[in-house]
Amino acid sequence: MSATETDERSWTAGLRRRAVTALPPEKLLPDQQPSYVASWIYVFGVLSLSALVVIITSGSILALKGPAWWHLTGIGHFFNSVHLWSVEIFFFVMVIHLWGKYWMAAWRGGRARVWITGAVTFLVAIPCALTGYVSQQNFDAQWISTQAKDAMNAVGIGAFFNLLDFGQMYSWHVLLLPAAVVGIVIAHVLLVRKHGVVPPFKLPDASPTEDVSP
Amino acid sequence: MSSRRERLAEDEGYRVWKGGYRPYDIVKEACIALAVVAVLTVLLTILFSSPDEKPSTVASWAHTDPVDFVTTATTELDGSSGTGGYGPPYNHGSDGQHILFLRPQKWMGVKIPIDTAKDFVLAPLRSIPGQPALQTAVSDYENASAKQQGDWTAAYEKGLGNARADADGSITVPAGNYGPLTTMMPALLSFAQSGGLDGVLLTSKQFYQTDYTKPLLLLADGSLLSDRAQAEHLLGEQWGMMNETGSYPGQVWLWLYTFWYQIKPFSTSANADILVMAVMGALSLVLILVPFIPGVRDIPRWVPIYKLIWRRHYTSG
Repeated sequence: MSATETDERSWTAGLRRRAVTALPPEKLLPDQQPSYVASWIYVFGVLSLSALVVIITSGSILALKGPAWWHLTGIGHFFNSVHLWSVEIFFFVMVIHLWGKYWMAAWRGGRARVWITGAVTFLVAIPCALTGYVSQQNFDAQWISTQAKDAMNAVGIGAFFNLLDFGQMYSWHVLLLPAAVVGIVIAHVLLVRKHGVVPPFKLPDASPTEDVSP
Repeated sequence: MSSRRERLAEDEGYRVWKGGYRPYDIVKEACIALAVVAVLTVLLTILFSSPDEKPSTVASWAHTDPVDFVTTATTELDGSSGTGGYGPPYNHGSDGQHILFLRPQKWMGVKIPIDTAKDFVLAPLRSIPGQPALQTAVSDYENASAKQQGDWTAAYEKGLGNARADADGSITVPAGNYGPLTTMMPALLSFAQSGGLDGVLLTSKQFYQTDYTKPLLLLADGSLLSDRAQAEHLLGEQWGMMNETGSYPGQVWLWLYTFWYQIKPFSTSANADILVMAVMGALSLVLILVPFIPGVRDIPRWVPIYKLIWRRHYTSG
């Protein structure tokens, strides 16, 4: 059996072939980009990713020390504050990124999955933040959990997404929902790299040199 | 060529860019962005820190407002409290909320069973050792008819309307026919003030405990949490839980959820929560499916904000 035949039967080689075809290294880590990518609106995507990195880092430090640490020490409170403000920045820049992409109609040219993964990231990040607020073990957590439980109960999910159960919410907050957010964000970024940044609209009176051709 | 085919053909034209490229350093951009966000975050942390208001306890509630505590405990005993009439997932006090024929709250059933009389009053009183008169009073209450129990609690709740808190932390209720409640409720108040009720409400079949459902529901039935929330601009009519204690931005991304609770029919509906969740669920679906919804997906083409975004591209010819 030749090496080529082995390659054709190998699941591993097949997966590698598909991955490299979809995302060759020059697409995954590009050193050039289309000339039209020249606006401040483009920085909000990478700012969202950066805020997510700060969230995960500060959250990991808080998780390492346990849920009570930040109430008892100055350094713990510092990292809790970093976590809070990175979340605020994350949502702020993500919403601008989302609006920017809407006005660019960034789903054009077969990029619907890019839009969908971005929108789902935003929607999954909301309960991720909510579970953080109700895991704080302070008055905010008491009030938010007792108020928000009614919406969960009304749609029938309150029994297994019980905002009043600290242990359950902490698990959702430090593992399940962050894993979902990070997973979807990775898919989103890979799709952006695969399809590229959406080209500008063709102007009605555009000359052929300005046109975008397949 | 139909407009649909024209649109598809144009869309296909946006698939690959065949124009010019310029140098780009994605790693450098990521590093600079991370540094900017990290510095900004630390700056905000140093300037504004983060809120951490101490939580309320049943003990602190029983100390600061003993009349409200005993009043709430009495409504737990007769089942007329917020939790007592809540319905699923806690009990069968009601069917819960619904939209038309959709009753998910009822369909999911009672999964976190809570008997407010037993869990919040009778069982805690049973856990107090060395008070035979109290145990006799609890037995008298348990063995009485439902009508007799109701007469006692109704009379006691009426009396609590004119009760006063004493300097020693106890309460004085005008004389009346309260049956064993005369012994039970002051004992429960004293037990709560000692911190015993906080502990009993967390006790389960195992040593470790992380579920605060019972103490939080009891606290929420009283006025302590809502009084604190009002002072911190957190009530529903104050845009509620999207806010945070102090002057912090809170969960501003929940503004649209909270918005619906401020307007009719949501603000006056007994089914507000499920109605708001349904609206937000539909809007979330619209957000996800924007690329496939005619009209919504065309607005960016009609409102030429894109000319601002790509002005350099368009002017460079």
